[in-house]
Amino acid sequence: MNQSAQNTHAPAGVAPILQARDLVKRYGHVVAIDHAEFELYPGEILAVIGDNGAGKSSLIKALTGALHPDGGEILLEGKPVAFRSPLEARAAGIETVYQNLALSPALSIADNIFLGRERLSQGFLGKYFRKLDRDSMRSDARKHLNALGLLTIQNIDQPVETLSGGQRQGVAIARAVAFGSRVVIMDEPTAALGVKESRKVLDLILDVKRRGLPIVLISHNMPHVFEIADRIHIHRLGRRACVIRPQDYSMSDAVAIMTGAKEAPVH
Amino acid sequence: MTDAAKAPPNGRAVHEQAVPAATDQSHVSFDVDNKSPLKRMQHFLHANPTAIPFIVLALALVLFSSIVGARFFHPFNLSLILQQVTIIAILGCAQTLIILTAGIDLSVGAMMVLSSVVMGRLAVMSGVPVPIAFILGLMVGVLGGFINGMLVARLKLPPFIVTLGTWSIFGALNLWYSRSETIRQQDVEAVASFLQFTGTAFNFMGARITLGSILMLILAGIIWYVLNRTAFGRHVHATGDDPEAAQLAGINVRGVLIAVYTLAGLICSIAGWALIGRIGAISSISGATGNLDSITAVVIGGTSLFGGRGSIVGTLVGALIVGVFRNGLALAGADALWQEFSIGLLIIVAVALDQWIRKVSG
Repeated sequence: MNQSAQNTHAPAGVAPILQARDLVKRYGHVVAIDHAEFELYPGEILAVIGDNGAGKSSLIKALTGALHPDGGEILLEGKPVAFRSPLEARAAGIETVYQNLALSPALSIADNIFLGRERLSQGFLGKYFRKLDRDSMRSDARKHLNALGLLTIQNIDQPVETLSGGQRQGVAIARAVAFGSRVVIMDEPTAALGVKESRKVLDLILDVKRRGLPIVLISHNMPHVFEIADRIHIHRLGRRACVIRPQDYSMSDAVAIMTGAKEAPVH
Repeated sequence: MTDAAKAPPNGRAVHEQAVPAATDQSHVSFDVDNKSPLKRMQHFLHANPTAIPFIVLALALVLFSSIVGARFFHPFNLSLILQQVTIIAILGCAQTLIILTAGIDLSVGAMMVLSSVVMGRLAVMSGVPVPIAFILGLMVGVLGGFINGMLVARLKLPPFIVTLGTWSIFGALNLWYSRSETIRQQDVEAVASFLQFTGTAFNFMGARITLGSILMLILAGIIWYVLNRTAFGRHVHATGDDPEAAQLAGINVRGVLIAVYTLAGLICSIAGWALIGRIGAISSISGATGNLDSITAVVIGGTSLFGGRGSIVGTLVGALIVGVFRNGLALAGADALWQEFSIGLLIIVAVALDQWIRKVSG
C-alpha cells in the first residue's frame, strides 16, 4: 500500500506547512518509523492517533528534533530541515507542549513562560549585569494569558504549583503560542485532566487554531479527537495507515483501523 | 453565613454565629473555609518559607536573653555573634547555590581550609608575592568546585557521594601540604598582612564590626542579585526544581550545575580568606564545624534540600540562628558538646518542617 497515493483529504491547492516524506528510524532490528508520511496544513488541527507502540511518539520526536531519522526528509514550509535538537526545532518556530508540561513548579507563571528565553534589560544593567527585564516579561506574560482567555489567573507572580492541572496546561499552551510562530505540537493535553478542565483546554486549543496556528494533537481520547480535529492521522506499525475526516467515520472505526481490526480505507 | 441567617432572632445566638463567619472571610484566599489552624500555618509557611527562620531567630533571641540576661544583648556580644557567623554565612551562600540545584556539598569546609592554607603557605613559607598567593588560593576553590561539578553533571554521580569523596581528598591534601603545621599570626602579619585584611575591625556604637562581616554581606547581596535578577538565577532554581522540565525549556542543565559548583568553590575560597582574618593564624584544623554549620544554616533558612526553593536571606538568618545558639549556650555556661547537640537538633527539626510544608495540599 502506497501511503502517498492515499487520499489524505488535503485542502486543495495548499502546500503543507510541516511535512515528512518516507521517514525511517531503526533501533537495531526494531523499526520505529517505517517509511512514514506526514503532512500538516496551515490553520488546521491534525490529530495523530495510534495504539501504544505504533510509533507515533517516534514520529513526533523526529519532527521536533528529539530523534534523528535514518532516512527520509522533513520539510518545513517546503524547505528541507534537519533539526539536531528540540532547541533547533523551537528556533524554527515549532513549539511542543509536552505531556509533563515542562514547567518549573516553584517558579512563577511569568518566569515559566519566559524560562530559557529570558529577556534582558535595556542598557547598562542588562548588558553588563545581565539584569532581567522583569516588568516587560510580566506584562507580556499577562498579555499572552489574556489573549487565550486565561483571565482566571490573577497573579502572574504566583508559583505554577499553586495552579490547577488545567491552569498549568493553559500556561504551557500560552508559552507555546507565545513563541510558536509556525506549528504547535501538543502531546496528550487532556490526559491528566478532569471533565471540566478538559473542556476548557479543548476550547483553548480551538482558540489557538482561530489565531491561525496549525496544531498537531496527539491524543488517546477519541471523543476529544473527533470533536476538535479537522483531519485524523492514524498511525499503525510505524507508518501512516490513513488519514480520515472525523465526519466520515465513527470512533469505533478509527479504533478498528488503529488496531488493525479493520482495513485502512483506500479511496 | 447561612447558618447565621437561620439562627433565632436572639442577639446572643446571632453574635455567636457571626464570629466564625467573620474569621472565615479573612481567609477567603484559602478557598476552603474550615481549615484547622495547623493547616493554615502550613499554607502560610508554604507561601512564605522565609518566615520560618525569622520566627526561629526571634524565639532563640527570647530564649537566650531570658537565660543569659542583659549580657546577651550587649552590642559587643551581638557583634561577636556576627563575627562568629561570618564564616558560616559565607559557606552558607555557597551551600545555598548547591542545595537550590537539589545537590549538597560536603566539601565546602575542606575547600575553605585548603584555600587558606595554600594562600598562607605560598605567601609566608614559599615567598610567593601575596597577590599571586591570594589568587592561587582562590583558584584552589574554583578548581575543587569545578571537579565536584564535572563529577555531578557529567558522570551523573550523586552530589552527596561526590562531595563526601572530595571532602576526604581535599582534607588529605590539606594535611599533606600544610604538614599539619600552623602558621603563626605574627608570621602572617609580617609577610602577608593582606591575608588578615578581613579581620580589620572598626567600632560602631559599641559593636566591633569586622571587614569580614561586611564582605559577607556584600557577597550575599551579589548572590541574591544573581539568583533573583538574572536568567542564570532562574535557571538555577529551575534546574533544582525539575531538571527534565528545565532541559525541555531549553536550559543547559549540565552547564548550570558545573557553573554552580564552580562558583560555590570560589565562594569557599573567599571564606578561606575571611577565616584567616577571623583567627589571624593559618591552621589546617580550623573551621572544622564549617560543613555541618553551613548546611544547618541553609536548611534552617528555609531552603529545601529537594531543590528549587529557598533564599539567600533565609541562609543569612539561618546562620545567625546557628551563631545565636552557639554563643547563647556558651554564655549560659553549657559544655560545648551541647552546642553540637542543639545544632543537630535544629537541622533535624528544620528538615522535618520542610517535609511537612511541602506536603501542603490545594
